[in-house]
Amino acid sequence: MFHLIKNTALFYRDGFRSMVLGRTLWTIILIKLAVLYLLSQLFFQDYLQNHFSTDAQRADHVISNLTTTHPPSTN
Amino acid sequence: MIESFDLTQVNWARAQFALTAMYHWIFVPLTLGLAFLLAFFETIYVRTGLEHWKTITKFWMRLFAVNFAIGVATGIILEFEFGTNWSNYSWMVGDIFGAPLAAEGIFAFFLEATFFAVMFFGWDRVSKRFHLISTWMVAIGSNLSALWILVANGWMQNPVGMAFNPDTARFEMENFWEILFSPVAISKFTHTTSSSFQVAALFVIGISCWFLLKKRHLAVAKRSIVVASVFGLLASGVVAFTGDEGAYTVAQKQPMKLAAIEGIYAGEEGCALCAMGVLNPNMQPGDDDDPYIFAVKLPYVLSILANRDPNSFVPGINDLVYGNPGQGIVGVTDRMDSGKIALDELARYKIARKVGDDQTAEAALALFRQHEDDLGYGFLQKPEEAVPPVALSFYSFRVMVALGTFFPILFIALLFFTMRNKIESQVWLQRLGVLSLFLGYIATQAGWVVAEVGRQPWAIQGLLPVSVARSNLTTATVQTTFFIFLVLFTVLLIAELRIMLKQISIGPEEN
Repeated sequence: MFHLIKNTALFYRDGFRSMVLGRTLWTIILIKLAVLYLLSQLFFQDYLQNHFSTDAQRADHVISNLTTTHPPSTN
Repeated sequence: MIESFDLTQVNWARAQFALTAMYHWIFVPLTLGLAFLLAFFETIYVRTGLEHWKTITKFWMRLFAVNFAIGVATGIILEFEFGTNWSNYSWMVGDIFGAPLAAEGIFAFFLEATFFAVMFFGWDRVSKRFHLISTWMVAIGSNLSALWILVANGWMQNPVGMAFNPDTARFEMENFWEILFSPVAISKFTHTTSSSFQVAALFVIGISCWFLLKKRHLAVAKRSIVVASVFGLLASGVVAFTGDEGAYTVAQKQPMKLAAIEGIYAGEEGCALCAMGVLNPNMQPGDDDDPYIFAVKLPYVLSILANRDPNSFVPGINDLVYGNPGQGIVGVTDRMDSGKIALDELARYKIARKVGDDQTAEAALALFRQHEDDLGYGFLQKPEEAVPPVALSFYSFRVMVALGTFFPILFIALLFFTMRNKIESQVWLQRLGVLSLFLGYIATQAGWVVAEVGRQPWAIQGLLPVSVARSNLTTATVQTTFFIFLVLFTVLLIAELRIMLKQISIGPEEN
């Protein structure tokens, strides 16, 4: 079991070390994830999570939207 | 009908979702199809033991990695947008989408992520057979991931296996298998994946033809063309078959979408299919004019596609909007009345529950249940709102079908000249092959435009229009994030193209 874990760890370590193109790709992935995380924190707040504290309140808000709103024309 | 741009908040949210989904869909079809092509290339290598097939596999695997790296996580943005821009919708479908998306995560993580590392790091470190299995697992895993997303999309187009809970304001899953095996979901999955295989085949062909034009890596290019052409040709057969199934399910479940795709206003028996044409731009629902300025029609074909009967009736937009009692079609006008009863009873139920009036609540709920299938129609202000943008649906469909008809002809021509060893002298075909790389992307994007624009105004077919699915945000907020994503996606696309072009320019590492 120990050998299996060790061999797997070495497999990944050597694989990452021998990357050529992979280094550029990983850099892009990490930058992209950082930018997305930043954007999600700044602009993408889950509306219902942030505006209401319980599921019952969220359900009431949605039902209220369903039964009282007069939506704009979509076409 | 020419659609005008309405810059309200809901339309900015729609534009943002379309932008993100279309950007995401640049990468996904290539991942789905190229993964299988890699598995085929490597299978030939393992079975023949010829090193040049390993060279070919490793070259296309490099391009696969570039595509995967740039595309990865673009789908997460769609999930941000659900919570932010479409909070009513997200709340209402959470119970339905939870299971398929969780299954997607598990499949994506355990199959793709586990075997991905072996596929890239495992050359000469694991046995040939285990490496081959890993490549196949990546192909199968990525396509299974797509299954769950497309099942969720299929449910939005044909909501089955659920019930609306008025206490939680949620559509709750009642039958997982009915959702999974819904004919719309199956048709969507098979058509989407097989058309993605075409995109990947065209990608390999396009780059191989570019090598032929440049007189570089000729052997790699010709072998790649043969495998990709066979793969593309087989995929084309599946695309045609599943496209026919898709047309049938649309006719049965979303007849308004079919009417918009065909530009039919007045339904008829023995209905013809418009193979190509130009729509009358002044046509509006209710008009009796000819909907086409010019049209080449195939008699009876639409009736066959829609109902498997050449003499059957195919409803037009006017039949569906205003009703056609002779054909037993209830119009949008009547469904709006029914939907408004459902909404009124829902409100009455909630009030009765709040004040503890169980008898009234029970009566309101019973009446709501009688009309809940028309719930979404209650939100419409006029019946014409149920008509999707006709011109965009009509022309996108024809672009998709025309290209889908052209691709198998291209695959056959390439196979013919390559097998006869005459492809190097066919410069016109090589140029066409390079051009077709882009045509594949246009076809697959057009397909999604047909699927998503054609189902408007619904977020969930017949139950929830997009205008109610949205969050209570200002237009400026959604506009800001739209332009942020526009810049981000442009930068990422430029980065991908630069890396991809550099890798193509380096070419395969031939000894």
